[in-house]
Amino acid sequence: MIQEQEPLDPPLVMVKNLKKHFPITRGVLIQHQVGNVRAVDGISFDIQRGETFGLVGESGCGKTTAGRTLLALYPVTSGQISIDGQDMTTIHGTEMLAIRRKAQMIFQDPYASLNPRWTVNAIISEPMRVHHLFNEKERLERAKELLNLVGLNPRLINRFPHEFSGGQRQRIGVARALASNPLFIVCDEPISALDVSIQAQVVNLLEDLQDKFDLTYLFVAHDLSMVRHICDRVAVMYLGIIVEMARRDELYDNPLHPYTRALLSAVPIPDPQKERLRRRVILTGDVPSPIDPPSGCRFHPRCPIATERCKNEVPEWRDAGGGHQLACHNV
Amino acid sequence: MMMAQQNILEVHNLRTRFHTPEGTVHAVNGVSFELREGGTLAVVGESGCGKSVTMMSILRLIPIPPGEIAGGEAIYRGVDLLKITEGEMEAVRGKEIAMIFQDPMTSLNPVLTIGRQITETLRTHLSMDKAAAKQRAIELLEQVGIPDPARRLNDYPHQFSGGMRQRVMIAIALACAPSLLIADEPTTALDVTIQAQIIELVKLLRDTLSMAVIWITHDLGVVAGMAEQVIVMYAGFIVEKSGVDDLYEKPRHPYTLSLLAALPRVDRSRNDRLKSIPGAPPNLLVEPHGCPFAPRCEYAIERCQAENPSLAQIAPGHSIACWVDVTHPGAHAEFAPQKPMDPAGGSR
Repeated sequence: MIQEQEPLDPPLVMVKNLKKHFPITRGVLIQHQVGNVRAVDGISFDIQRGETFGLVGESGCGKTTAGRTLLALYPVTSGQISIDGQDMTTIHGTEMLAIRRKAQMIFQDPYASLNPRWTVNAIISEPMRVHHLFNEKERLERAKELLNLVGLNPRLINRFPHEFSGGQRQRIGVARALASNPLFIVCDEPISALDVSIQAQVVNLLEDLQDKFDLTYLFVAHDLSMVRHICDRVAVMYLGIIVEMARRDELYDNPLHPYTRALLSAVPIPDPQKERLRRRVILTGDVPSPIDPPSGCRFHPRCPIATERCKNEVPEWRDAGGGHQLACHNV
Repeated sequence: MMMAQQNILEVHNLRTRFHTPEGTVHAVNGVSFELREGGTLAVVGESGCGKSVTMMSILRLIPIPPGEIAGGEAIYRGVDLLKITEGEMEAVRGKEIAMIFQDPMTSLNPVLTIGRQITETLRTHLSMDKAAAKQRAIELLEQVGIPDPARRLNDYPHQFSGGMRQRVMIAIALACAPSLLIADEPTTALDVTIQAQIIELVKLLRDTLSMAVIWITHDLGVVAGMAEQVIVMYAGFIVEKSGVDDLYEKPRHPYTLSLLAALPRVDRSRNDRLKSIPGAPPNLLVEPHGCPFAPRCEYAIERCQAENPSLAQIAPGHSIACWVDVTHPGAHAEFAPQKPMDPAGGSR
């Protein structure tokens, strides 16, 4: 196991106080803004080279928006992002293109993320074409190599996406992400659309590729069991902010934030005897709207240990020791 | 635990086909199981294994054509549901056996209020008058934990969150106090904390209303927490049938074993790679000759390619459909040397 140690290299990815708000507008001819969906509302984290960093949370917590904003797929509202030393919030044009070569994405839905009218060759070669890597013949060779690498037969290169199963399509998505030789890949729920027996195949593939090419992953997911398996460090998001962040086993064995505790206790364990003895923290109600998040601590209306202070005061982000960080007044 | 009285449902050798332009899909291939009054059965399997089609066939919700129930019986309290008239079936559906579905948004009518949708069931099946139905609807919403039920009766489905919509679905299902509730992946579209709420709710209702429950899911974790009996399906066949404790402690079918090994656990630190099952589920357009799992099975012997094993009891209340004893796989080696794995479907 890797011990907590100050790494000498600067982190590959640095995110500081990142915010992404989506405006809500009314009116057809004269549009005016009536509010903001505060999808990501001030998150900070670093990802070291070669690390797998997990971002978990329930739907609507902003984890996908965070991943997309990181790769400048959405313009930033405020805050800083840097990938491999490049400030992602200010660059444009050729510099942006250069960084996009290094930072790729694997999408959740293997049905919607591949163009149905393109052959596998066209799909996998596109990043190489965009970035002017290799000549056409070399690109074809590399596309075949990539297919082989992700466990598909290179002879299938001229087939179309509909001829593949969900798991195979996700392999094509992985091959496309690898085509431009990236350093960093955002995996946005890459396995949630797949069956259990196929999930393990794709996760093992992602791990093999990481070893082989020294890749850094941001793994966005809601499956907490899988995140424990694949990630080195994990951050838990709730309503646009990170509430707790720690090394994998520290977070799962010793969760401190009441939301993390509730979330982990809700995950079913495939063991009937353990399940019978388990005490669940059942949260009442639903996640509030990110348009008008609760005052103070955002979790306070559903929190089993909330006090008066939680309603008024935003809890400070602090270190509970050994890099285990959280934002809560009462822990 | 209270011992089984009578069976509420007995299914024998159910077979369902779909005749499509590409050919005949063999969706359910001879499924048999029974469920006692007040019992809880979980049906586990991956997409396309026939778990939903089995239940839809029992309730005769399969569109015919292209569907066809090619054979079998579904005896509900002594009556074969596959033989009665459509009119008699309508009296069973909703009143005796209720079903809730995976996606609460598409199963509710978006242009009718929640109140209208609940009272419809009450008025159709129980011939209640308007006022009585409304009163009962309020009680039902309260029972499933919807705050301020009298006011919410006038709301439309889009005004509810996913978890709340599933609660409304459950309220409609409970409207006529059914004896059997069939839940088809009711929590798959929900977040884990909401899933936990819904599971707790169904368990509570099951115990207070002494209702039998069939829970269809792909999640072996959910099964562990709520079922008594489990059947594991693959390619339209039942491959393992067991009490819940036995299934997790002593899984005996290679497919169940692989599924459990492919699952990471939230309560355990990782120690190794996940065990993946090579290949993909078979094409159901082709009628299987051997065991449908054989091409992906690490224990497969020659016989598995040629002959499909039928479900056989190996211990009290525990049956598998497999030629190999996974606890002593070597025992068969002298008869038929274990073939190297043949990864199907081009993946890997």
